[in-house]
Amino acid sequence: MRAFTQHKGVVAPLDRSNVDTDMIIPKQFLKSIKRTGFGPNLFDELRYLDEGQPDQDCSQRPVNPDFVLNQEQYKSASILLARSNFGCGSSREHAPWALEDFGFRVIIAPSFADIFYNNCFKNGLLPIVLDEKSVDQLFTEVESHPGYELSVDLEANSVTTPSGQVFSFETDHFRRHCLLNGLDDIGVTLEDSDAIRSYEESRRKTAPWLFSA
Amino acid sequence: MAGKTLYDKLWDDHLVKQRDDGSALIYIDRQLLHEVTSPQAFEGLRLANRKPWRLDANIATPDHNVPTTDRERGVEGIVDPVSRIQVETLDRNCDEFGILEFKIKDQRQGIVHVIGPEQGATLPGMSIVCGDSHTSTHGAFGCLAHGIGTSEVEHVLATQCLVQQKMKNMLVKVNGKLGPGVTGKDVVLAIIGKIGTAGGTGHAIEFGGEAIRGLSMEGRMTICNMSIEAGARVGMVAVDQTTIDYVKDRPFAPTGELREKAIEYWSTLHSDDDAVFDKVVELDGAAIQPQVSWGTSPEMVTGVGGNVPDPATEADPIKREGIVRALKYMGLAPNMPISEIKLDRVFIGSCTNSRIEDLREAAKVVKGKKVSASLKQAMVVPGSGLVKLQAEQEGLDRIFLEAGLEWRDPGCSMCLAMNADKLGQGEHCASTSNRNFEGRQGFGGRTHLVSPAMAAAAAIHGHFVDVREMMKGEQA
Ligand code: SF4
Repeated sequence: MRAFTQHKGVVAPLDRSNVDTDMIIPKQFLKSIKRTGFGPNLFDELRYLDEGQPDQDCSQRPVNPDFVLNQEQYKSASILLARSNFGCGSSREHAPWALEDFGFRVIIAPSFADIFYNNCFKNGLLPIVLDEKSVDQLFTEVESHPGYELSVDLEANSVTTPSGQVFSFETDHFRRHCLLNGLDDIGVTLEDSDAIRSYEESRRKTAPWLFSA
Repeated sequence: MAGKTLYDKLWDDHLVKQRDDGSALIYIDRQLLHEVTSPQAFEGLRLANRKPWRLDANIATPDHNVPTTDRERGVEGIVDPVSRIQVETLDRNCDEFGILEFKIKDQRQGIVHVIGPEQGATLPGMSIVCGDSHTSTHGAFGCLAHGIGTSEVEHVLATQCLVQQKMKNMLVKVNGKLGPGVTGKDVVLAIIGKIGTAGGTGHAIEFGGEAIRGLSMEGRMTICNMSIEAGARVGMVAVDQTTIDYVKDRPFAPTGELREKAIEYWSTLHSDDDAVFDKVVELDGAAIQPQVSWGTSPEMVTGVGGNVPDPATEADPIKREGIVRALKYMGLAPNMPISEIKLDRVFIGSCTNSRIEDLREAAKVVKGKKVSASLKQAMVVPGSGLVKLQAEQEGLDRIFLEAGLEWRDPGCSMCLAMNADKLGQGEHCASTSNRNFEGRQGFGGRTHLVSPAMAAAAAIHGHFVDVREMMKGEQA
């Protein structure tokens, strides 16, 4: 996994709450057996006017000019500013894969759905929770300053605005540690193989019906 | 010291290691796999040259992409080549790694959340995961069950564990008795309508109270299934005699002495009387009406006798904007009575409502009647090959066919329209599934979530009616 320490980038405002994973990446694109290539279909139904199909050349499709990511100043955005309950719905990891493939590295919202939040960390994408008031303020600033950028520092747990205002955020230790160091968490867990085996041994005694062999 | 909640007990029983940083390693007893969220996990194992930790903990089946007709042809019958590759990839991965799979032509194939309980592969007290958010379904058995992403699928395959943070405890108590014609689906929609789609975020919900205790396992599964729609990864119901009876004699369930020993343990799987919950919500079961969703989020729901809301009366600007957007997408006018929404299709199926009891309820409503001529389609998709078989043995298929509903082969079908079953643009569908998100059942499609009985009643009338009125007519 790609490590995340600091990042500075253009912010795109997606001003709606309850953005679900069907919206982030519609189901017809989940048929891929790969982890990459989902970027052109990120927010497909909001971004294009026709119905998208897998393996289609998206550069030839009619785009929705009103959608934020189609506006020139946001095309290179790498930080997504969103509203509450972002990423609700299915467990599809294709959602963070699509965001990452498009070029996003950070998502800021007042709240995230649990599974999506967790999936982000596995893919080098940093979800940041800031309170409603701070998010409101950021929406106002982004929308009135073309090219608005934020600096995010995971080591310091901080988001800094162009005027130097600092917002701090929280992340839990383990996820932060893995993300900062780009660790493969399967490798980390396997260091505890002995603990897993001894758990199994004692469980086999107390609940033998859980083990068929 | 306060007693433990059911979630506390399940957590403690699966704790392999508590780390200093607050995270924990939790042991997983059962992983269910399907074709959509597993290919990249198997690929990851191969790339890292890792083997599954424990083969017998895994069961796989294709469900999302499978067609609901022409099943004798097996994988060949999947017309869409991309879908076919995905199903073939699951077959290949299971064969290569030695994982038990109910393949497309196996009678035991079905939606993962239907076949787990059906096979007794879901047992009380287990920790269960699947790369699918509706894994919460299995919590109906007093299990710690939740959806995970593909990276975690790989993690569980490789280590039999998950890295978790303990969630908070939430109790949703439904008091009193449900009225006739009111089902588990109506209960859970009413709960989501009350607490909202983020109401359970960060919490493991336990559903309790007299109304829940009175439900069958099917009804409890429907409720736990949709706890994710209330924001909670985990939904649970305590084990009681209903649970213990249900798992008896199922292929993977223990028998004889082992069953006796298991029952002793299962009987402890309930919250202690003095357990403390971080959050408690109570509902009056008797007051719950048959529910219909009108918008594009499961919290946008009301009783069948109600009206579509008027955004002008919503004070919160973000919510108001959400209602305006939903009404525009759904093609509905403010204050319109729910009964006046014109329907194009009816879908009875999905991991929420495709079990035998769901089909019986729907069949009871349509028996001897005809589907409204104004509908383009009304379809019934059983949750598994075995549900289909049982329904046919009970003659339910003939009741549906005579009434003019289609009788299909098992799979996810029009719940998310990854196969050929989907809504056309602008079409309204009465659906027994769990999500009414934009485009969920097809590009531009409009979903109304209801119970099987309500969907069946809507099929006969071409619009929503109160199924309780139809039932009264029956008795008169
Ligand atoms: S029936 Fe629908 S919700 Fe259930 S697993 Fe299949 S696609 Fe998901």
